[in-house]
Amino acid sequence: MKTRRQFHKLMAVTAAGLAAPAILGSKVFAQDKPIRVGASVSLTGPLASTKNGQIGYELWRDDVNAAGGLLGRKVELVIYDDQSSAANVPAIYSKLVDVDACDVLFSPYGANLSAPVMPFIKQRDLFMIGMFGLAGNDVAKHDKFFHSGPWGPNSGRDWARGFFDLAKAQGVKKIAIINADLEFSKNAAKGGADVAKEYGMEVVFNQSYPPNTSDFSSMIRNINAGDPEAIFIASYPADSTAIIRGVKEIGISDKVKLFGGAMIGPQYGALLGSLGPELNGLVNSHTFVPEPTMQTPAIKSFFDRYTPIAVKQGVDPLGFYIPPFYYVAGQLAAAAITGSKSVDPAKMAAFLHANAVDTIVGKIAFTEIGDWKERRVLMVQLRGIKGNDLEQFRNPGHQVILDPPSLKTGELAAPYNKARAS
Amino acid sequence: MLSIDILLNAIVTGILLGSVYASLALGLGITFGILHIPNIAHPTLVVAGAFFVYTLTQWGLDPIVAALIGLVPFYLLGVVLYAFYSAVFERKGGANVLQSLTLFFGLSLVIEILLSLGFGSELKSVSVSYIGSSLKLGVLTVPYRLLIPALLAPVTIAAVWFYLSRTNSGTAIRAVAHEERALSIAGLNPASVKRHAFGIATATAVIAGAALIMVGPIEPFAGRYQIGRVFAIVVLAGMGSIPGSLVIAIIIGIAEALVSSYLNPSWSPGVAFAILLLGLALRPQGLFGAAR
Repeated sequence: MKTRRQFHKLMAVTAAGLAAPAILGSKVFAQDKPIRVGASVSLTGPLASTKNGQIGYELWRDDVNAAGGLLGRKVELVIYDDQSSAANVPAIYSKLVDVDACDVLFSPYGANLSAPVMPFIKQRDLFMIGMFGLAGNDVAKHDKFFHSGPWGPNSGRDWARGFFDLAKAQGVKKIAIINADLEFSKNAAKGGADVAKEYGMEVVFNQSYPPNTSDFSSMIRNINAGDPEAIFIASYPADSTAIIRGVKEIGISDKVKLFGGAMIGPQYGALLGSLGPELNGLVNSHTFVPEPTMQTPAIKSFFDRYTPIAVKQGVDPLGFYIPPFYYVAGQLAAAAITGSKSVDPAKMAAFLHANAVDTIVGKIAFTEIGDWKERRVLMVQLRGIKGNDLEQFRNPGHQVILDPPSLKTGELAAPYNKARAS
Repeated sequence: MLSIDILLNAIVTGILLGSVYASLALGLGITFGILHIPNIAHPTLVVAGAFFVYTLTQWGLDPIVAALIGLVPFYLLGVVLYAFYSAVFERKGGANVLQSLTLFFGLSLVIEILLSLGFGSELKSVSVSYIGSSLKLGVLTVPYRLLIPALLAPVTIAAVWFYLSRTNSGTAIRAVAHEERALSIAGLNPASVKRHAFGIATATAVIAGAALIMVGPIEPFAGRYQIGRVFAIVVLAGMGSIPGSLVIAIIIGIAEALVSSYLNPSWSPGVAFAILLLGLALRPQGLFGAAR
């Protein structure tokens, strides 16, 4: 039987236990706590092919911690699986902020998943690095949001302008545009149509299709009937495969000089390996390719470490498109924290607005809504691909940079049919 | 833009796509149409079949040969799945539709996760010599990528229908759906008959999987995009009408191809459901189903 004195002792211990987190969480101990960086990654679901980005996050965290952390504090990643579903995103970010007390947030992958979190970030005035969400901050215009992706200013309209610059240089007058009925592709197609109009090109065919369309033969016949000289395509990986195969099966006019533009898929090892030589001649967007104008010791070091991890995890062993920019997200956060000597969102944002940051993909400066000041989306032409061996893509010459001019490594091979046969 | 070659090519493409849809719907026609078990995991089982085929093609086998090899393991998988379903629900006083849907929804998720863990989340496709080339017949250009899988459906459906209508065990499968007790009186075990039927339905998933992966690349979650269409085919054909499902699938395929060619491809996903609503309004028991 417990005495009253024993009961009071028990109450005192319980109260101390309950109070401990509050005491430990006070400012006295704040400097010893790790800096928490929160994100959702699509580990499962239709966008799970983007999960190799997490390797970029983890390599950055390991590098920072090996160098002593940020402001003398270790960095800790808090990552949840959003299952590729936009419906899961708001709850995940509420938890990252209110329960996990993250200091910095990285957005989910892409525009579709990022859109639901933007009102929350704006309302709570939080600091966030955006991950590949095209035009992700154009509506919210939040001054503490910064893109890790190289879309550039006015990205909704201009990110694929390089394709149209190439078309213009080839004297293209008639263009066809097709896109998947999804946020990213719709934005790309709408922006493309606007740029085509600006360049005085006639859009002879402009049509969208539902996601997961498996046969494009009807659409390719209709495109051929329009007699275009360039075809701008905004598609997702499965559609990209079906379109490339459809062109091989149905054929395309010899007048077509450029084919591609905004096809998602040919940037990934899975499609490069499965389609192999069928990709020859394609002119498509990319973020990084191992061409001489882009190689630096820093990016080489990144891929030297990324590849064995990716192979072990069974994800894209090339990882050119996404993982370097996930590492860049960490570098941007690190620069903001160390530069402002704070994890205060306003101070971090002010630093990034005022200073360019050196990263493994080059120097980045931001506009007032967090776009890169200079668009650095690549237009590359795939050529000289033989067989399905992925290793050939690590060598220069297979993904030749045509645009931007500052990184150019070759001239356009045209028309498309001739380039396909090369 | 109404040229005769675009029209003819659209119709032929629609027939081929419809035939592939019929392959996908065949197993559901047995489990849902005959056994009245709402197996919404069937499209995911088709995707599992596609991954099975993909695995064997990595060793140099043709997808169709790989599918034939998969018939027995998938039949056994179906037998095990039904045994589990029966143990959980039927022996405990019968399953209501909601419980069954929950079970098969859960099964579908488990299969998707297992496929993700086993194969990763990247798209997988097969490389066969006939994929990428076409058969030219006058103004028609018929991709072998669609033609070969499309030919699988009528052959499989004919084989299944022959079995169901011309053999004793097939007749027992059709009978179990109508009067289970009468089957018991005749000395047959209804659970055993259903288990066998579920095994056959699951075995057809590997044939449909071969068709699916020949048409285009697949990923573990690809089954989700087919659920609505295959249910529409089975319901509109009339519950239990296996040959009717081929006709309905081809009608849907042609309608989708024509809508894609002449209106807007974005409208094509609604075609199956528009036809379903119209068909059920005219004939609630389905176009080939018997009135009850």
